[in-house]
Amino acid sequence: MKFESRVVLMPTDNIDTDQIIPARFLKTISKVGLGDQLFNDWRYLADGSPNPEFVLNQVESKGAEILLAGDNFGCGSSREHAPWALTQFGFKAVISTSFADIFKANSLKNSLLPIVVSRDVHAKLFKMRAADSGMKLSVDLQSQRLTLPDGESVEFPVDSFSKACLVDGVDEIGYILKQLPAIEAFEAKRIGGLNTLVA
Amino acid sequence: MQSKPRTIIEKVWDSHVVAEQEGAPCLLYIDFHLVHEVTSPQAFSGLREMGRTVRRAESTFATVDHSTPTTAKSLPIVDQIAATQVEQLGKNADEFGIPYFGFHNENNGICHVIGPEQGLTQPGMTVVCGDSHTATHGAFGALAFGIGTSEVEMVLATQVLLQRRSKTYQVQVDGTLKPGVAAKDIILALISRIGIGGGTGCIFEFTGSAIRALSMEERMTVCNMAIEGGARAGLIAPDETTYQFLKGRRFVPKGADWDAAVARWKQLPTDEGAVYDHSITINADELEPMITFGTNPGQGISISGLIPDPAAMTDKLERDSLTKALKYMDLQPGQPLAGHPVNVVFVGSCTNSRLSDLRAAASILKGRKVNPGVRMLVVPGSQEIKRQAQAEGLDEIFKAAGAEWREAGCSMCIAMNGDQLAPGQYSVSTSNRNFEGRQGKGGRTFLASPMTAAASAVNGVVTDVRTLLGVK
Repeated sequence: MKFESRVVLMPTDNIDTDQIIPARFLKTISKVGLGDQLFNDWRYLADGSPNPEFVLNQVESKGAEILLAGDNFGCGSSREHAPWALTQFGFKAVISTSFADIFKANSLKNSLLPIVVSRDVHAKLFKMRAADSGMKLSVDLQSQRLTLPDGESVEFPVDSFSKACLVDGVDEIGYILKQLPAIEAFEAKRIGGLNTLVA
Repeated sequence: MQSKPRTIIEKVWDSHVVAEQEGAPCLLYIDFHLVHEVTSPQAFSGLREMGRTVRRAESTFATVDHSTPTTAKSLPIVDQIAATQVEQLGKNADEFGIPYFGFHNENNGICHVIGPEQGLTQPGMTVVCGDSHTATHGAFGALAFGIGTSEVEMVLATQVLLQRRSKTYQVQVDGTLKPGVAAKDIILALISRIGIGGGTGCIFEFTGSAIRALSMEERMTVCNMAIEGGARAGLIAPDETTYQFLKGRRFVPKGADWDAAVARWKQLPTDEGAVYDHSITINADELEPMITFGTNPGQGISISGLIPDPAAMTDKLERDSLTKALKYMDLQPGQPLAGHPVNVVFVGSCTNSRLSDLRAAASILKGRKVNPGVRMLVVPGSQEIKRQAQAEGLDEIFKAAGAEWREAGCSMCIAMNGDQLAPGQYSVSTSNRNFEGRQGKGGRTFLASPMTAAASAVNGVVTDVRTLLGVK
């Protein structure tokens, strides 16, 4: 996974999953069609027309694959609809100083990179992006590097297992099922398991 | 050789590690998997696509709660998309042999309410659900956390999760809660101090004399909102209060198995000398009723406090975020929240919909009326709680006061089922999230305890319940 892209700026801390995809859109039984509802309540006016003041509706956001947001992105619910909506819109990475745990795990399972940068780098990115709306960043998962327009390259952390799964396209459930004998051995020794089938 | 002292968090974790390889996450065994209609359909579709099945249907339990109406059960589900989702879980449960409390089941209710109610949640277990408030079950000394739909599919297919260890975070609460101050105020106070990202990467253990003094229902309120402090889970070591609550419930061990289980559970509490990665102490004596003013649960103040001023913040992003929150809430910095008009009061949700919550609200409403300008909804957490409340006449108190007494479900906590605020309306809500639009697009939420909610319903404005209790 290696790409270069312009950046959508959302200078807000604690952007929660209810903003990323409001709960009323979670009644679907499918994964598809969520990109149009991404940031719905910020993105559309009461009459359903696009809010011209919202960044995703501005021309500079078109085709951008990186979202640069404030601290603690993705806090709130466990809804995987959040990374589904972000990736269906076209995002491949979100940059922040931190991510909520469940959102981060969900993102990595959907090829959406949660890139954590230091406060200094974060502030620098905001400054550079404010000065140049066409700023491009490049992301390389293999080397775990984010490269800024001035040539500065910073390493970002990625869980080594998640990285291997993303790079090699590993089916995690298949990986676990290969270890079925270990699970069965664990179950054989386990005391006090639940049996909900007993009424 | 004496083994290293461990916290309950480490004990439960260690006892569920199936395999741990260098560089790879643990294979963590899951004892109990709760499934609901919103985050599971795509997981079941995934199983079908790959020709996989549910490995341990007996460790799995399904219910519908998020999308379901709280109007009379005799009425059909009008929202066709919600009806399809509810119907789909029934089909999935049937196809994969999973026990299911459907919409018309006499024990239907919010998943985090019925798990403990049925004795499914037990000390020392690992519990997961595709819902962040799974932390609730930590009240029993279970390691309980929310997962995404991919992980729901993973647990259905394998009964294990790939997980890295979290850090441990002790939240020590000593002292005694004063009249009018509730378990909800403990957790709102914690989150206001550490912020909603304060526990990221951690699991809380709540300890101290004030926690020990809580009932199981109050402990569930505290653990429920661990996620709002950023922690994936929050738990409380089991004790006699826990065993008393569990004994005799439908799915707990019986007879000699019960005695053996209690003996095992008594090994769970944190060892003397165990070390946590982080810790914080809270003095319960000093707590007042809490209320949130902003658009995340960390933006809370005591009921006698003032709304903070963004101008006082040094960090620009923090300042801008607070300014944005106050603009959304249409509130002025430096003002008290007490006395602010309220349109709707909601008593319910997996945080505060249990019998003791309903009793607390009813104790304030008894002999009083809901202000004519306020709509008040009381939504029990389960049909069983509804029956218990009715058996002691709480429904009559609510109805006499002018509140709506409804069927069980998540209701206006997440506003997926038609129970919602209109744009611009203010609610005092006993639920867990005050995010923008959480209770309906454009709606504004003040989070508080059931007592504070009921008092605010009576006065039609945000109210310090202690003024009605005659203790202030």
